[in-house]
Order: sequence, then structure tokens, then C-alpha cells
Amino acid sequence: MSVLLTGVELLHANGHRALSNLELNIAKGERVALIGSSGAGKTSLLRLLATSHKPTAGQLTVLQTNPWSPGMSRLKALRTRIGLIHQAPPLPARQRVITAVLAGRLGQWSLWKSLISLAYPLDRQGAMQALAKLDLAEKLYQRCNQLSGGQLQRVGIARVLYQAPELILADEPVSAMDPVLASHTLNILARDAESRNATLIASLHSIDLALKHFPRVIGLRQGIVAFDKATPDITPEDLEALYVNEQLALDESPKTAFIPATSRC
Amino acid sequence: MLTTALPRDPAALPRLGISLLALLLLWPGFHLSELDIPGLFTGENARIMGSFLAGFWPLAYDSEFLSIVGKAILETLAIATAGMTLAWLVAFPAALLATRALSVSALHRQGRPSWPGQVIRTVVRIILVVLRSIPEIVWALLFVRAVGLGPTAGVLAIAITYGGMLGKVYAEIFESVPADSTRALLLGGSSRLQAFMYGLLPAASGEMISYTIYRWECAIRASVVMGFVGAGGLGQQVDLSLRMFAGGEVASLMLTFLILVMLADLISRLLREPQR
Amino acid sequence: MRIKGFFAFITMLAAIVSSFAYLETNFAELFSRTSLGQMAKFAKGFLSPDFSHAHLSTIGWASLETLAMSAMGTLVAALLGMVLALPAAGRLGSLFKAFARLVLNALRAVPELVWAALMVLAAGLGPNAGTLALALHTAGVLGRLFAEALENTPAAPSEAIRLAGGGRIAAFTYGTLPNVWPQLLAYTLYRWENNIRMATILGFVGAGGLGQMLQISLSLFQLAQAATIILAVLILVLLVDAFSAWIRQRWISL
Repeated sequence: MSVLLTGVELLHANGHRALSNLELNIAKGERVALIGSSGAGKTSLLRLLATSHKPTAGQLTVLQTNPWSPGMSRLKALRTRIGLIHQAPPLPARQRVITAVLAGRLGQWSLWKSLISLAYPLDRQGAMQALAKLDLAEKLYQRCNQLSGGQLQRVGIARVLYQAPELILADEPVSAMDPVLASHTLNILARDAESRNATLIASLHSIDLALKHFPRVIGLRQGIVAFDKATPDITPEDLEALYVNEQLALDESPKTAFIPATSRC
Repeated sequence: MLTTALPRDPAALPRLGISLLALLLLWPGFHLSELDIPGLFTGENARIMGSFLAGFWPLAYDSEFLSIVGKAILETLAIATAGMTLAWLVAFPAALLATRALSVSALHRQGRPSWPGQVIRTVVRIILVVLRSIPEIVWALLFVRAVGLGPTAGVLAIAITYGGMLGKVYAEIFESVPADSTRALLLGGSSRLQAFMYGLLPAASGEMISYTIYRWECAIRASVVMGFVGAGGLGQQVDLSLRMFAGGEVASLMLTFLILVMLADLISRLLREPQR
Repeated sequence: MRIKGFFAFITMLAAIVSSFAYLETNFAELFSRTSLGQMAKFAKGFLSPDFSHAHLSTIGWASLETLAMSAMGTLVAALLGMVLALPAAGRLGSLFKAFARLVLNALRAVPELVWAALMVLAAGLGPNAGTLALALHTAGVLGRLFAEALENTPAAPSEAIRLAGGGRIAAFTYGTLPNVWPQLLAYTLYRWENNIRMATILGFVGAGGLGQMLQISLSLFQLAQAATIILAVLILVLLVDAFSAWIRQRWISL
């Protein structure tokens, strides 16, 4: 079992209830898409699984471990097995792409190796391979602020591919890419997860992409699971109910993608 | 999966070069500065310093000492104020001479002043540079030799250094003010001084006052420090107490100094804000 | 407005008059013929600076010593400032934060020259005392600036590394430092410029460099030698000013 949630509830510090009474069960090697309108709790759920947020109630088990049982070193060890892909990859603007990718394995490296690699990148081969999978090999020595939003997202993905975690969490990983590239990139991500028998959970705002690349889809609405089905079983009514009173986003174009702030890379 | 040959890191050589250069510079720097941090904490030094620091508490506050401190505070304030007054007397005419804003010859030469005017301006500017570039405490040291120990040396040192600074900044302020009204007055046949009084000064005075007050605050800090070369004020008292290893007195004086600087900062901010 | 201005003017005048009165400076005597003559005689001693080879090479070494003091002092200050800035930016909890801020304020509040006098007592005469004095005062200044820079930098990059299992130090060096180091470097260079000027005068209390030479030759009334040293101070200060103006112009144009 990769992820097991029973009765999980998440209240944000401002009192907003992001998730309530969540029951979820995802097996090792599964590939699951999270869909739902913005504010439905997709990001909250992913950050909860990434051990960034602590559930306010309920039981959470990730990779057979309870992240919030006492012991800082156990949490750290667990975190090296989880890879989180951010919608706007938080990469320092002046950092070089190779360093940004190598940062994926900091949890596995000794402190000395990390520090030396900062001045002289040690595993250039590994970074190169991860970037080559995403067709970014020629950007190896460029700075992050020289890349476009879509290229940055791919660097963020390359970092997690390099980390090679057992659980890949992706928060709108292709939102800044055009539809063809987005589909291609999701395919790479799915193939990587499949080849290593890793679990992949991705939130997407494009239903087309979710149905195309993922065997299982979970619909979230206002912090609760609206449906949780294998892809062939999903009906148009399911989707309509998910987005009722919202703008239906069947053909949502990725033009609404984020524009990364330059200072943040 | 490896599609491309692995390119070499283009930053490796520059980084190596910079590191070597840094080491190359660091080594003589280390030797010349005779830096010895562990020496502070070993042997005799640590013992002396320890007993000295232990003397910091209790603070000295007997009435005799406090009256000395009071006099020193007044003297410090007086040095700063008197020094600034003399500095202003140096700076104001110098700025009038140094600024291009009052050039009559520039009016009918497309803004390019004639060469005699240019020479005078350059000479005055060079003098101002020399006055302000030699640190005030060097001037104080010189004046202590010339006019003897005591606050007069401090006043003269502040007058000279701050005269140079104020002169430069005043001249810049004059030139940054819109020149139309001054030019109109000069073209209308008024004298330079008249054009200055009626055209330039009203526009420039706010900024000048603000900068002068800010400098006055700096002068207070400077006059504290100048006492170390014998130019009067609080610094001289700190120096004396240090030499006598009177920890409590040093601590009290430091505290006084902090309060004085904070007060000057407060007053200067209060005075400058309504100008904006 | 008028009345307020008038009142301010009167207050200022009163302050000036009472200042001169308190100091009992006798300007008539100061500018009397005998006194002026004495000063002229003193000044005349400076008119023939000593440009002998031996003296110039001593000045050259003292200038290098001054530069070394300022550079090493700034370097140590940057390291110490960084060590204090981390807790001062609240990275180790609020108790450490309050304590680190207190230390930084205390370091900064004491002027360099006072630190130098203290260090001469603690570590003996010579450039070591000056270097330590610059390091202590500048650590206070830089620590505060560094802490502000750290507080204003986005937390997301280092948080992302923590979430991937990276340690505190790894997250700091890979996530935070790349964003802030240009700013830290700019602050350090700016302080170095300031410290070169400071290092020329710390010698007045015996802390090495050009200042100590000047102090010695003035107390021996070797005015010709002193004049050369003052010239050297002037040239050093002007060079630093020109250099930093050039650097700043280049940085802004970048």
C-alpha cells in the first residue's frame, strides 16, 4: 500500500477547511489523476501526502510509514522517498539547471558531497540523463532565470526523475506547456513511474490529459471525494457534477497557465 | 538513454581561478594584518580582558563622575554645533563659487561657461575634495598639535571636513534645482547674489536644511570619537577611563554615548520630517 | 508657518551662541598674530613632504597593511555576521532571534575606534587589534543587513529541498543562498570600502596601519614625514572612492 488515508481532515491556519473526512487507498505502482475545480483541495491533498501539511484529524500512512509519529530522522528518511513536482518550481533564479536537478538527491547525499557538488557538480552524468529524457540536455549549464515557464516545469520534473522516489506527487506539472508538449511530458512521467514500479499521483486541470494518461481518476469537490473510479467507468455525468456551478473545463486551454515571477525563477 | 556527449562544465575553470586568486590574496592579507583570533582567548590576554570586562558591572555612577560625564556631554554637543556653524561658513560661499547654476557667462554660450569661470570652479571643487577626503580625525590630530589639546581642535576639524562635504552637496543641490527662474533673473539683469536669493535659495532651502541636520547628527558621532586624539568631549573621557582600566566608567560612558546617539537620531528625524 | 520658522531660527541661534560660549573658544586669540604665526610655522613643516625612498617604501608597506586590515576585518566580519544572521533571521526560534539581535546591536553600537582601543588592551599594539576591531563592528552591521536579506528571500526553494529529505544545511546552501548571495556580496563590498577608510585612522589608538605611522611621526614632530603620510591617506581614500564608483556604475549598468 502506497498511500492510505482514513478520516483525514485538514484545517488551514486561517480556519479554512481544505479537506474533510477523506478516505483514500492507493496501491504501489498505481497512476492516479486528481481533478476538480480550483479550490477543491487538490494542492492541499498533494501537500498533505508530501508531508508538508500535518492532518488535523484522521490517520495518514505514506509508504507504510506514519510521517507524524515522533522522530525527525524517520520523517527525513521518508521524505527522500517522496518526490513533489510543483506547479511553479521553486528554483532559485540564479541557480544553474544542473545544480537545480542535482538538488533532488540531497536527501540521499552526505553533507560533504552536497557542499562539494555546489561548487563543482559531481553527478553530471545523472543530471544529464534526467534532463535528456525531457529534451532539455542542452540547458544543462544555463541559469534558471534564462528558461521559460514551460522549460522550468520540465526542469522541476527532471529533478524528481533524478531523485527517483517511490512516490511521485505532481501538482499541475504541465500547466505552462502547450497541449502537445504537455501530453508528451505526462507520457514520460508515466513511463518513468511504470518502469520503476513507482506510484504517481498528479493533479491536472485538463480532464482530457487525465483521462488519456491515467488508469484511475479521483474527482475532488470542496474538500471531499466526489468520485474515485477507473478511467473507463467515468461518465459525463460524473464530470458535470464535479464542475457544476463552475466553468466546465473539458477543453480548457492551457493559456491560463501561470507566469512565473522572475525573481523567484 | 544517453543521447548527447557530456559537455564539460564551463564554470569549472573560472571558479577554480577565482578560488586560487582568493587564496593568493588571502595569504599575504593574513600575514600583513597579523590576524590572531585565538590569541584573544589564551594566556595573559584572556586574563587581563576578563578582569577588565568583569569591572564593567556595576556601572560607575558616583556624583563626581556623573558631573564629569555631564560636562563631557555638553562639550560634545557644543563641539558638534560650533563645528557645524563654522563648516556652514566655509561651505556656503564655496558652494556659490563651485556651482554652475549661477554662471552668467553660460547664459549666452549654450550653457557652457567661459574658461576663467571654469578654472575658479574647478579649483574650489578640488579644495573641497581635499577638505572632505582627509578623515576628520586626521584633521583633529593635526589641530591638536597646532592649537593644543581640547575642544577647539575638534571644532576646527569638524569645520573643515564637514565644510568640504556640505560645500559639495550644496553645489549639487543648486544644480539639481530647476534653473528657469534663476536664469530668468540673471537675464533680466539682476546680480548673481540677487538671482541666488530670489531664484535658487527658495527652491533649494528645504533640501539644504534637511541635509545639514543630517550632517549635524553625524558631527555628534564624530565629536565623540575625536576625543581619542585629545580633541575634547566624551571620547577623551572614554580614553582616560580605558587607560585607567576603570571598567565601570567605560561601561557608563558607552551607555551615555548610545543614549546620546539615539537622541540625536531622534531629534534629527523629527526635525527633518516636516521638511518633506 | 512663519512663526514656527522664526522660532526654529531663534532656537538654532541660541544653540550656536551657547555652544561657542560653553567652549570658551577665544577666536580673537586663536586668530591673533602670534597664534597664527605659530600655526603657519607648523603648517610650513608640511610643505616639504619627505619623498625619500626609504620613507616611501615604509608608507607603501603601511598602506598594504591598512588594506590587509580592512580586507581581513571585513572577511571575518562577513563570516561572523552570517553566523549571527541565521538566528537573527528567526531560523532557530524566537529565543535565539532576540538574543542574536541584541548581540548584533551591541556590536554595531560601539564605534570602530572604541573597539580598537579595547582590542589594543586585549591583544596588544599592532594591526591585529585593528583587524579585530573592524571585524567586531562590521559583524554587527553586516549581520543585521544579512538577517534582513534572509528574511526577505522566498522560503519555497529551501522548503522544497526539505520536503525531498534534504537537511537544514543542504536546504540553505541549495535553496536560500543562490537567491541571496549577490545581495550579501554587495553589502560586504560596500562595507569593505567603508572599512578601508576606517583602517587608515584606527592606528591613532595604536592599532596598526597608516594611522599608527602618522600618530608616531606627529608626536615626534617629524612634519615632513607626516605630510607624506597624509598625502598617502588622501590618495588611498580617493582611489577607493573612484574604484567603488566604477564598480557601482558597472553593476547598475548590468
